[in-house]
Amino acid sequence: MLAFIISRLLQALPVMFTVSLISFAMFAYVGDPVAIMLGQDYTVAQRDALVRELGLDQPFFVQFGTFLGNAVQGEFGLSYRLSRPVSDLILERAPATLELAFTAAILALAVGVPMGVYTGLYRNSWLSRFFLTFSLIGVSLPTFLIGILLILTFSVWLGWLPSFGRGDVVQLGWWSTGFLTWSGLKALILPSITLGLFQLTLIMRLVRSEMMEVLRTDYIKFARARGLPNRAIHFGHALKNTLVPVITIAGLQLGGIIAFAIVTETVFQWPGMGLLFIQSVGAADIPIMAAYLMLIALVFVTINLVVDLLYYAVDPRLRIGRGGH
Amino acid sequence: MSLLDVKNLRVEFPTRRGTLVALDDVSFSIAPGEILGVVGESGAGKSMTGAAIIGLLEPPGRIAGGEIRLDGKRIDNLPYEEMRRIRGRQIGAIFQDPLTTLNPLYTIGRQLAETMTTHLPIGPGEARERAIGWLELVGIPAARERIDSYPHEFSGGMRQRVVIALALCAEPRLIVADEPTTALDVSIQAQVIALLKSLAREKGTAMMLVTHDMGVIAETADRVAVMYAGRIVEIGPVREVVKHANHPYAQGLMGSIPPLDRRVDRLQQIDGAMPRLSAIPPGCAYNPRCPQAFDRCRVQRPELMPAGATDAACWLHAP
Ligand SMILES: Nc1ncnc2c1ncn2[C@@H]1O[C@H](COP(=O)(O)OP(=O)(O)O)[C@@H](O)[C@H]1O
Ligand code: SF4
Ligand SMILES: [Mg+2]
Repeated sequence: MLAFIISRLLQALPVMFTVSLISFAMFAYVGDPVAIMLGQDYTVAQRDALVRELGLDQPFFVQFGTFLGNAVQGEFGLSYRLSRPVSDLILERAPATLELAFTAAILALAVGVPMGVYTGLYRNSWLSRFFLTFSLIGVSLPTFLIGILLILTFSVWLGWLPSFGRGDVVQLGWWSTGFLTWSGLKALILPSITLGLFQLTLIMRLVRSEMMEVLRTDYIKFARARGLPNRAIHFGHALKNTLVPVITIAGLQLGGIIAFAIVTETVFQWPGMGLLFIQSVGAADIPIMAAYLMLIALVFVTINLVVDLLYYAVDPRLRIGRGGH
Repeated sequence: MSLLDVKNLRVEFPTRRGTLVALDDVSFSIAPGEILGVVGESGAGKSMTGAAIIGLLEPPGRIAGGEIRLDGKRIDNLPYEEMRRIRGRQIGAIFQDPLTTLNPLYTIGRQLAETMTTHLPIGPGEARERAIGWLELVGIPAARERIDSYPHEFSGGMRQRVVIALALCAEPRLIVADEPTTALDVSIQAQVIALLKSLAREKGTAMMLVTHDMGVIAETADRVAVMYAGRIVEIGPVREVVKHANHPYAQGLMGSIPPLDRRVDRLQQIDGAMPRLSAIPPGCAYNPRCPQAFDRCRVQRPELMPAGATDAACWLHAP
């Protein structure tokens, strides 16, 4: 088990290394940090001093090594735009994004899986047809449009829910949470629906097709021939087998939720990392972009590991017969 | 009185191009503790008959006529839930491929225990003890240690033993075994059949045993039914059918049967092929292949009629 985790972590290293290289290349070759930091008027001496200070006169690998060393410690330098440490800025914004992504993921799973099971079991009921039509809409409408339509309906016309921001947040150490206030919870509803809808419909369709596949297998027929109640067959035998492939896809989708919160955060002016990233792109604020890129890569790598562990927990065939792998 | 009574069973598959009749006028019965062998070419309707009996025909297939009685009580028209209580408890089933019949994500102990707690008034602890007992009975070595193993940890033959335990563990009175050894290695087929037979005899369980193996039929069955194109063409005591078959198709099948102590694995080839369901010829369905066919065979369909010591659906035996 431990060996399994370690081997997975080792496999993640090349990925993280490559992403760091891209981030660093962005740092070194996109835009000219010296020009950005010095502004319009500077002397050659001032320029050379800054180049030395930033280490830009060093060979490529030395620069990259320094960058890596700093990155491992969460150190990405100062934001060009805000002149504050990138790590502070990201830490400040992370709770907003993570709470939004978490709520959206729970929503996608808690609604998507039961809808998938239902439509897989009762293929021809009118409710199934309705769900499938609904899911087509979810897949085909772009996220920003869904967000705007929700704002229009629930904020502008009905006036029930706020159209932007996080509402009141409570500070728990460095973590700011919107889960503990009424306005914070209300502010979460529309953005998390917007962010989770695509994943919800995707998970529903995936669970549905897997469920239909599993229901045709011999072991389900044999379970019926043994006279097991439908409840045990559908929600025990069938659902468990359905979840094996669903875990992978759903896991990667949840990574996507964090990565692609950018659009939703922009539509709802949600003060998270995605909004910070978009603002940084506009201002060519490379340190923030580089740090964001690496963070997202880290999120994907972590989720991959968790998915593998879940797989391992669900499917006994992986546990035995491969030498503890 | 017989345990199972199938009368004039007709199974249809509505399709876009019209209704296919997969089983027509199938009648037979099985006495308590009796083993009925069922043989016939692939596609003859053997599996379909078994599926109809356990009430698990795959839609759109449906019973369109006739009746099935267990202990005199009709079971072909029961609501799903009532039939569910009969499956496993009164009628057990064994499928062909043990590699796919067990749920890969549940331990064999759990699958046994859930079957027993579903049907018998026992708790999980008792069920687990009995599960170990069943595994020992079907010949799984070190049953107590292996009860928490998953199906993939067993060989095909061992898995089929587990399947047999699963089919028998709620002590049904009838087992429908559909080619239980076809998917197994030839070297272990005989052991598994011997196990099945001895357990059935020991527990007094009746069995409908579908197989391709004429040797198995000869050694195991009390009576034999021969199926062709969705019908029973001959049925009677095993020795009679094997040695003195009266229907030309059955004679063809049995033609190669050597003395009972030698084994023949496959049915002898008969020239031609069984007709598809959509193209069953009028009269006797066997007439295009039958060396003894005459005029009547091509226009009028023969029903089962007494022929020697068996019943055969063949005009050669018309009174
Ligand atoms: N879903 C289906 N739709 C139409 N015909 C079917 C279907 N399933 C089976 N059949 C037909 O029913 C007949 C009987 O099949 P089966 O009982 O499986 O034969 P076997 O004797 O080999 O077990 C075959 O001709 C087969 O083609
Ligand atoms: S009825 Fe005629 S065709 Fe059919 S088996 Fe008998 S002799 Fe042959
Ligand atoms: Mg078959």
